[in-house]
Amino acid sequence: MTVRTLVIDTSAKGEVEKSTRSAITAATGIGGAVDILVLGPCDETREMSLRQISGVSRILVLGVEGDSPLMAEDLAPVLVDLLGWYSHVLAASTSFGKDLLPRLAALADIQMVSEVIAIEGPDTFVRPIYAGNALATVRVRQSRQILSIRSTAFKACEVTGGESTLERLPSLKPRHRTRQTGLQLMEQNDRPTLESASTVISGGKALGSGENFRILESLASELGAAIGASRAAVDLGFAPNDLQVGQTGKVVAPDLYIAVGISGAIQHLAGMLESRVIVAINKDPDAPIFNVADYGLVGDLFEVVPELTQRIAAQRAESISGASPA
Amino acid sequence: MKILVPVKRVIDYNVHIRVREDGSGVETQDVRMSMNPFDEIAMEAALRLRESGAAAEVIGVSIGGEAVQDVLRTSLAMGADRALRIDLAEAPEPLAVARLLEQVVRRESVQLAILGKQAIDGDSNQVGQMLAALLDWPQATFASDIEIEGTEIRVTREIDGGLQTVAAELPAVVTADLRLNEPRFVKLPAIMRAKKQPIATLKAEDLGVDTSPRAEVLRVSRPPERTPGIRVADVDELVEKLRFEAEVI
Repeated sequence: MTVRTLVIDTSAKGEVEKSTRSAITAATGIGGAVDILVLGPCDETREMSLRQISGVSRILVLGVEGDSPLMAEDLAPVLVDLLGWYSHVLAASTSFGKDLLPRLAALADIQMVSEVIAIEGPDTFVRPIYAGNALATVRVRQSRQILSIRSTAFKACEVTGGESTLERLPSLKPRHRTRQTGLQLMEQNDRPTLESASTVISGGKALGSGENFRILESLASELGAAIGASRAAVDLGFAPNDLQVGQTGKVVAPDLYIAVGISGAIQHLAGMLESRVIVAINKDPDAPIFNVADYGLVGDLFEVVPELTQRIAAQRAESISGASPA
Repeated sequence: MKILVPVKRVIDYNVHIRVREDGSGVETQDVRMSMNPFDEIAMEAALRLRESGAAAEVIGVSIGGEAVQDVLRTSLAMGADRALRIDLAEAPEPLAVARLLEQVVRRESVQLAILGKQAIDGDSNQVGQMLAALLDWPQATFASDIEIEGTEIRVTREIDGGLQTVAAELPAVVTADLRLNEPRFVKLPAIMRAKKQPIATLKAEDLGVDTSPRAEVLRVSRPPERTPGIRVADVDELVEKLRFEAEVI
């Protein structure tokens, strides 16, 4: 079968998200044509950014009747009809992608492959198992493949140079068996999201309280960083659930990851080990986090963090004044 | 209302995983096994629904050889009313698991299936959604709160960036996330009692499901290791390194 890949865009709103752009990179790697399916009302910003992606042949837009959010159970039966055109269907393993793809795969009698981190051939994929403590290379013999893509493993494609066509599919009619009754989104505070940030600062148990946890905020503001937390910090109520980095939380791979007062349980490492540069700040010189850190600083975080914040603020002020005409 | 809770026997989450040298897989010989933690949370949720009067019966089901009886006994000790083992030598892939569970749901006239969101060995996160698809039931994945209200189930879902609450018509499939509850501590007398309770067995082939694998595992390897870097003396040195060596600030 000719290789032709459909990437389901799981972006929430606005421009196409980094996670989808990583899935597009993965799709391009398989070879063959790449189409993108956009769900819900495709706003102009998204349409513009998608059409600028090079290597994409078609943008398909699937609208929905009414204004209720899309549910996997309504979407999957419609997507099954599209499968005939494609050898591969990909989506980023966001919570939306993880909810949808297995439902689609079961309807189509396909054994999907989750959290793919490398594509070795049209039917051969690498994926982490046991919380990333092992990597499995699997070859799946079936007529078409459905893959969820771990976006930290693929560089996001550039939004430039594209010349795709746009097609609108007939709108979907939801059955309303499942309806959204509430939505509570985390406060953004003008900070990047955990998944898209190039710098992440995470706090652990050693922060001691929710109030103390706020010590990370000024440092995050100085660095334009997202704030994360270890599972221990979340379990103790220092930080909300959706900040959790780790096997059971978010998997991140920023350029710079600063672990503050985090011992470095395997659970946590599974969520940040792919970061480019790791910094650990911890009082305990034997903390396992130092085994994976590029730069380790043994010290009291309540002294180190404010000092670091100050130094970076000073450096920023310096570079701003240095850049201005004398 | 009957609730079905599938439970999987996996390497205990506290055990350090060892990858076999020959790349054939992960060492499971002489390794402590226990119930998948997310399944334990699912079982706890089901038991609480029964205790609140919203459900009449909780059935634990597992797939595998005789070894999986220990997680079924744990289910019984926690308070499940019945335990069922689907006899199969090899661990089936997620789609085959969902197909086997679909048959059990139909035979037992189950109205709610609560599953762990994923098993901590394969980390696939597929079976719940697949089961819902095969049954054409509503699904509510990654639940951090469950409530039954009349003919509906209300679920708080952990999604990227926050929480979503949904109301779904029963029958339905729910998958449990970490913060749904804290499973009860099982006391010794309950464990002793569970040892004497019967475990019903079904043959996978009697359920008419093809469980032959589609994926071939070519190799299992250790992830590339990160080598420890250097210790810096103070904040000044850290800033210096981040700025001029790593060039990240």
